[in-house]
Amino acid sequence: MAQSRFPRQLPDSDYAPRAAIDPERAGAPTATASLPATSPNSPQLDALSRAQGGDHQAFAEIYSQHKRRIYSLCLRMVGNIAEAEDLTQEAFLQLHRKIGTFRGDSAFSTWLHRLVINVVLMHLRKKGLSVISLDEAMEPTQDEGPGRSFGSADLTLAGTIDRLALEHAIGDLPAGYRLIFVLHDIEGYEHNEIASMLDCSIGNSKSQLHKARLKLRDALRAFPRQEARR
Amino acid sequence: MTENQNNLTCAQFQSQLPDLIGSGLDIADHPHLESCDLCRALLADLETIAEAARQLFPVMEPPDELWEHIESAIKEEKSGSRE
Repeated sequence: MAQSRFPRQLPDSDYAPRAAIDPERAGAPTATASLPATSPNSPQLDALSRAQGGDHQAFAEIYSQHKRRIYSLCLRMVGNIAEAEDLTQEAFLQLHRKIGTFRGDSAFSTWLHRLVINVVLMHLRKKGLSVISLDEAMEPTQDEGPGRSFGSADLTLAGTIDRLALEHAIGDLPAGYRLIFVLHDIEGYEHNEIASMLDCSIGNSKSQLHKARLKLRDALRAFPRQEARR
Repeated sequence: MTENQNNLTCAQFQSQLPDLIGSGLDIADHPHLESCDLCRALLADLETIAEAARQLFPVMEPPDELWEHIESAIKEEKSGSRE
């Protein structure tokens, strides 16, 4: 069989896949966006090295380089501005405490990315979103069984999706669904990585992602009708 | 429910979809899809959503005062650790 059209990319280099779409959005200053983030003597590595030595100005530079990416990740994962701000603050505080432990085994952005995801997951667990709720969400209900996907073929998305509609639909997903959808389809993590991060099974991760996509499909198919009523 | 040559109903096929999609293989030539317009449309939609999400990368600017809050918290931590 050939390769699927579904995404399989890994966030294993300094935002390279995203930077290819829009370097400005990758969180790096425009002046350095064209430089490979891991190139020797890059401004990013220089700032990192100085920050690890306790240089506060260098830490401020790192904040400046990564703040948009980290804040946006938090915002996508929790869907709430105030919480995203708090989590961004907590993530950078943790970074400040732990930056000295970064040994360069992976790209710094990947390491930071995982740190942030752990901060968000801790927050969600404190709020009561646990893998238990993810498991519960897997149980088929009358509303959400596979049969829910049946429908007339004329209501397909016809290969086009309104970007704003998709953003709204993702924001409206239940927290558990949104979490896995963001991690897999937007951030590019594999199911085994998500299962490890969320302490759930790989099958659970696949099922949750599938249900998230089904919910998005329902929302997106309803979108033109909602718009027409406005 | 739609029966097909493979004797899979749509419900049976869709119950396998998470694993089929998660396998990373192209399932466009799955026997059920050859005879089922609805499931073919469903798969096309899910692929469209996944592809659109990959391109979706809204990056937001945090408020300016956030850095001030972080700096204050760092200073508090430092002073706390000295005591």
